[in-house]
Amino acid sequence: MTDVAIIGAGQSPFVRAFPGSVRELAFQGFSDAIGHAGITAAQIDASVVCSAPEYDLQRSPAGVFAEYLGLNPGPTFYVETLCSSGSTGLKLAYSLIRSGLHDMVAVIGFQKMSEISSAETQERMGRGADIQWESPFGTMMPAYYAMYARAHMKAYGTTPQDLAAIRVKAATYGQLNERAVYRKAVAPEMFTDPDNRMSGSVASPLRVGDCCANADGSSCIIVASAEKARALCDKPVWIRGIGAASAPVNLAGRDLFTGLAVARQAASQAYDMAGMRPEDIDVAEVHDCFTIAEMMAYEDLGFAEPGGGRELINTGQTYLDGRIPVNVDGGLLSKGHPIGATGGSQIRTIVLQLRGEAGDIQVPDAAVGLVHNIGGVGLYGNVTILAR
Amino acid sequence: MAKKEKDERFRKFGTVSFTGTTRVNDFIDHLEQGRVTGTRCESCNRAFFPPRADCCDCRTSKMAWFDVQGAGRLLTYSTLAFGPRGFEADLPYTIALVDFTDFKIFGRIAGDLSEETLSIGMELRVKANALGDGRFNYVFDKE
Repeated sequence: MTDVAIIGAGQSPFVRAFPGSVRELAFQGFSDAIGHAGITAAQIDASVVCSAPEYDLQRSPAGVFAEYLGLNPGPTFYVETLCSSGSTGLKLAYSLIRSGLHDMVAVIGFQKMSEISSAETQERMGRGADIQWESPFGTMMPAYYAMYARAHMKAYGTTPQDLAAIRVKAATYGQLNERAVYRKAVAPEMFTDPDNRMSGSVASPLRVGDCCANADGSSCIIVASAEKARALCDKPVWIRGIGAASAPVNLAGRDLFTGLAVARQAASQAYDMAGMRPEDIDVAEVHDCFTIAEMMAYEDLGFAEPGGGRELINTGQTYLDGRIPVNVDGGLLSKGHPIGATGGSQIRTIVLQLRGEAGDIQVPDAAVGLVHNIGGVGLYGNVTILAR
Repeated sequence: MAKKEKDERFRKFGTVSFTGTTRVNDFIDHLEQGRVTGTRCESCNRAFFPPRADCCDCRTSKMAWFDVQGAGRLLTYSTLAFGPRGFEADLPYTIALVDFTDFKIFGRIAGDLSEETLSIGMELRVKANALGDGRFNYVFDKE
């Protein structure tokens, strides 16, 4: 069986409202990726399209994109695990290549959330939970994560200002990211100033500043067999570990509320497969749809002990010059969260880091990177370990 | 010949229901009777809340209803300042998860219990609640 590498990664700018159709949005990420890989569409033998379909007016976008991107007559299909669709697509591409079925696969993620109104978006997001038993109570994504935040605060003494520190870090790097939707500075005082928008409650204890924004965007990862990768690419990035897990959709079916069980399970699988430990990771991208999600990720991935996340952020250990730099591209909190494109964007950041192409946010000599991508409120979890 | 009427009792669940019918529609009748009920597998005796029509362990659909009784322990909660479409008139409201040992229940805190009176670990009971217009849910309350 062949090893599997990433030979190119791209993304569109993430924006509030893309002024074009979904196929044109997909073209941007795809074109960026094949340019990065130095290949043509004709060299790709299969494609996997990742998004959350309830936002798409176009049904079965994979077939539409295959034509628009010049991928016919290669096979294409669609995958969905909510916000983790992109890294699920990577896992499928890995499997398609490892099995010998294909030797070059494009993983295309996209979401045009502005296809529908903001109110409709919120309603659809809520329906990523248990619509039979939870949604009739009026649930929303921020409220579910807020329930985890409340439990984390009670168990470990985590404070709202600890969470604010994560947003401040995100904004530090978001200002450097030309493809991020939110590029302004954020100061801790904004969270304690009642007149500042950041401090407004969304779902207690989470505030506006604790939440990422919706965005339109696309991403693309080019995945290849070892033979193709060595022939076509000077700096292949190898997929060393892949873990994935699922959890009960209704919170009533779960036992852990201070972390995400899916992240712990996926991380354990990925570390085992790679033969690595948390200490081996040089740079990480974690799914910070909310500040609490990044706090829990520190602990679920083993960068800190349970309850140790607040010390990790407050001592600057997840900044660029810290022990384990996390989300130094600004994270979802700065980039925005175009659901199907998010995982690919996270993977792209790690690929650029491992190729030494990350510019202002380059972690010196980064050799091993990790991507943590979560679907729903810990309904799905993917952890991927990449190495140069 | 008259069309057979669809059993869509579950449309009456909560402020906005997203489900028309389920094989546990009787749950709605129980709420109307003032009961909050789960199901128990007649084969392995496992208790399910929310109620299930099928036991995935035993691959059986022989389930018996039971009434949720006694107090549970508040695991976590959040008060929403914004709600999804259709819930605007309920705001602000608090959603919560309560542990009854054999199972947990996700739901709403009673409207007259303010967030300030809540703390993780406190005892709460669950009770059926009429929302008006023939709609029903259940809420957690101190008694």
